[in-house]
Amino acid sequence: MRRNPKELDGTHRTLSRRALLLGGLQMVFAGGLAMRMRHLQVDQADQFRLLAEENRINIRLLAPARGEIFDRNGIALAQNSPSYRIIIVPEDAGDVDKVIADLSRLIRIGPKDLERAIAEMRRSPPFLPVTLADQINWQEISKVAVNAPALPGITPEVGLARIYPRKDDFAHVVGYVGPVSDYDLSQIADPEPILRIPRFQIGKVGFEAKREDVLRGKAGAKRVEVNATGRVMRELDRRNGISGADMQLTVDAELQGYVQARLGNESASAVIIDCESGDLRAISSAPSFDPNLFVRGISVADYRELTENTYRPLANKTVQGTYPPGSTFKMIVALAAQEEGIVGTEDTVWCPGYLEVAGRRFHCWKRGGHGNVDLNTSLKRSCDVYYYDLALKVGIDKISAMAQRMGLGVRHDLPMSAVAAGLTPTKDWKSRNRGEDWLIGDTANAAIGQGFMLASPLQLAVMTARLATGRGVTPRLIKSIDGIEQPDGAGVSLGLNENNLRTLRRGMYSVSNDRRGTGYRSRIIDETMQMAGKSGTSQVRNITAAERASGVIRNSDLPWKRRDHALFVCFAPFDKPKYAVSVIVEHGGGGSKAAAPIARDVMLQALYGGTPPLAAYPKSDRSRIKSQQERLERERPARQLEARDRA
Amino acid sequence: MSYLEINAKTTPTGLRKILYLNWPLVLLLISVACIGFLMLYSVAGGSFSPWVEPQVKRFGMGLVVMMVIAMVPIWFWRNMAVVAYLSSIALLLAVHFFGTVGMGAQRWIDLGFMRLQPSELTKITLVMLLAAYYDWLPRERTSRPLWVLAPIILILLPTFMVLRQPDLGTSILLLASGGGVMFLAGVHWAYFAAVIGAGVGLVTAVIQSQGTTWQLLKDYQYRRIDTFIDPSTDPLGAGYHITQSKIALGSGGWSGRGFMQGTQSRLNFLPEKHTDFIFTTLAEEFGFIGGVSLLGLYMLIVVFCIAAALATKDRFSALVIMGVSLTFFLYFAVNMSMVMGLAPVVGVPLPMVSYGGSVMLVLLAAFGLVQSAHVHRPR
Repeated sequence: MRRNPKELDGTHRTLSRRALLLGGLQMVFAGGLAMRMRHLQVDQADQFRLLAEENRINIRLLAPARGEIFDRNGIALAQNSPSYRIIIVPEDAGDVDKVIADLSRLIRIGPKDLERAIAEMRRSPPFLPVTLADQINWQEISKVAVNAPALPGITPEVGLARIYPRKDDFAHVVGYVGPVSDYDLSQIADPEPILRIPRFQIGKVGFEAKREDVLRGKAGAKRVEVNATGRVMRELDRRNGISGADMQLTVDAELQGYVQARLGNESASAVIIDCESGDLRAISSAPSFDPNLFVRGISVADYRELTENTYRPLANKTVQGTYPPGSTFKMIVALAAQEEGIVGTEDTVWCPGYLEVAGRRFHCWKRGGHGNVDLNTSLKRSCDVYYYDLALKVGIDKISAMAQRMGLGVRHDLPMSAVAAGLTPTKDWKSRNRGEDWLIGDTANAAIGQGFMLASPLQLAVMTARLATGRGVTPRLIKSIDGIEQPDGAGVSLGLNENNLRTLRRGMYSVSNDRRGTGYRSRIIDETMQMAGKSGTSQVRNITAAERASGVIRNSDLPWKRRDHALFVCFAPFDKPKYAVSVIVEHGGGGSKAAAPIARDVMLQALYGGTPPLAAYPKSDRSRIKSQQERLERERPARQLEARDRA
Repeated sequence: MSYLEINAKTTPTGLRKILYLNWPLVLLLISVACIGFLMLYSVAGGSFSPWVEPQVKRFGMGLVVMMVIAMVPIWFWRNMAVVAYLSSIALLLAVHFFGTVGMGAQRWIDLGFMRLQPSELTKITLVMLLAAYYDWLPRERTSRPLWVLAPIILILLPTFMVLRQPDLGTSILLLASGGGVMFLAGVHWAYFAAVIGAGVGLVTAVIQSQGTTWQLLKDYQYRRIDTFIDPSTDPLGAGYHITQSKIALGSGGWSGRGFMQGTQSRLNFLPEKHTDFIFTTLAEEFGFIGGVSLLGLYMLIVVFCIAAALATKDRFSALVIMGVSLTFFLYFAVNMSMVMGLAPVVGVPLPMVSYGGSVMLVLLAAFGLVQSAHVHRPR
């Protein structure tokens, strides 16, 4: 059929018209698209380019190596040791379950670690590595490495872990590090981003915590290009961090090790200070604990054992523990009286065994009394009545002022946790803090280092060093930072009358070397190293009149917690003081019996710079000392970690 | 018998037909396809696998198909229109029952050597059928309600089937190209005005109903609309595609970051970077200049088609050419609007550039029809 050309033309005209119309609309639309493109790509290009960069570039922090800590002779106390861990990349592993099963046939994977790793794998994209086992030893790592072809997706990784090779010896001094906790972050005003790196460790306790500022170092950073799923495509640039500064402490690791071993499982502490420089040669608190446990994350059982131990192993008794100084305080009272001109060397006091003060009887430790007592004898035999008398004449405020001058009742600035200030009470202090008036009896109590008086072993050591030198010796713990020697603590003259000091020192000499001295049994025979000391026995309970009447209960018959603290302070050699030592044995009983032998042994060890010859000891003690030395020598290896493989 | 067959004597025969092909159109298609290869090479990180190689093969196959179709007289294709339409409906049914589920929708039939997407095929067969319908329909009946209703049913049938897969993008394209052919065929404009009016009314009603008792859509559907209007409200969720796409596009700037230097697509921030969002890679790497150039090439193809349609006196030919060019236009217009944040993300590929076999084959087959119409046009 042939159509009417006219009709055909008509329909075709419509079609053409509409085709052109449609074409026009399309053109307009395309123009619109071009305008939009211009808007996005030309007008807003800068803004979008910025967003693109934000998308693409990720900054990853690089943890710096923590500064290491050494003793005065360069022995490592805290170091970074390569720590191996096993990581798995699920994407590369393929059959994760099978690979883990194969791996656990080679090394032990803790069920908790495994659980955590599986949970982590489920959460994160498959290309992100997940740690399967941490703190792997070298043997295990080599097993894994040898079997690497059979373990797809498994890689051994090396990181740095903090280790404390001297284990218990420096737990209280150096402290330990641990992973940053939310609590830590909340304590820091403006936490550095580095603290948020997983596994990043900061000092938690002790020196590690106190000098975090220099030990941590500065974080480095690398800029990496990441894709949309966070996978790192390439590293753009890298700025390495600055390692933390290495620190050298004044302590002597060998000496500290000896002291710690000598204190053993007693609840005790000892401080050895260098009289010439204020260097702390050893500062030990027992019992101690292994700080390495905390680095790895201590188990609940281990932690409970530490916290529930009545001997408080976690506390650093040398600086945190404050005790009534007992008779070791008598030098202060005597010095205060001497400086005031109240007492002369020849002056005597009659000791009938007690002194009546404001209607109350203050007893001497010796029931029968010491008879006529001068200054030297009062120290040698530790007569209490002599000091009641002296203290009442001098007054508490002058005594406390002298105590502070000698380093008691003031917080020594040491980079250790919770350094205590102790307490040297004054009249003012009591009315302010107790709301009560100072009583004359309080002075009598303070005279023999009881009552409100409190001092830490560190303070007693400082006091002894100051008595020995007449200079304001201040304790120093940091020898050098990054090789830069720190100022020493020799101090300047305290401006005390040298004659007065000499009298006191002679008194202390008598304590240790006079047949009737309280410390005679723990003397040093070696003529060149003779020591001068003072014992102290501080009560932790009141002795009632009734008990005194029926006879004071012996310490050994009391429960541990109620026994007296045993104290001893000393310096040696007498003519040229080198070291001052303080020892406190908590609830140890009599100072001359429990603390003095320790102080003597420690002093000898320090003076000889190693095991002293038996000749330095009194004849009667030698066999006992010999077996003690052998026992400590045997225990020694257990107190240290294997030396780091430096290869 | 149409006007065309009567003038059969004047049409070229045999291999001489090749000389009479619309060569500019062929060259334009090849250049657009080459841009596609270039972009696929780039998004693969400078590699011929996994995308460039199959794409080149398919393009070669598509060119052959186009030539074969072009050699066959256009009146044969007109006569085949009904069969083609019914076959694609049958395939849509088949895909519904035997199809492979991919990307959350049931779209493919696996033929072994390729995966056929019947919804793509339908776009062309629908155009063919409507062109044949209006070629057959006497002009005076074109705007009669009953004769308007028939093509509407023919359009809606496959549209709903595709919508059920679900494939919103293709449904919209079917609806729009079908409507376009009806418009070209001369259906009275009042019908279109009514449909557009109803559409606008419906959208208004839907938006107005939000939060009222007679709310027409579910809450999550409103959220999607909100996300489309302002993608920044949900940059990592539903708005992610659009946000990232705009970032890539915008960061291209005037002249782009250079070939293979587009960080956004290279680092996978861009979703579907080798298929629906390939334009963003182009725009990122070649900038505004590159984007507008591709748009220009596309528009040239459309213009050449319109010119070919105007040149032929055969109604079927003109309608098919216009229908094909409109479908082609809709592909890239919707795709570009989508990646530029002007339209919701509906899953329409960039024609001849996006990776994908069905679309490329179907489009080249459709251009085969255009060529056939051009070669066999009455002279």
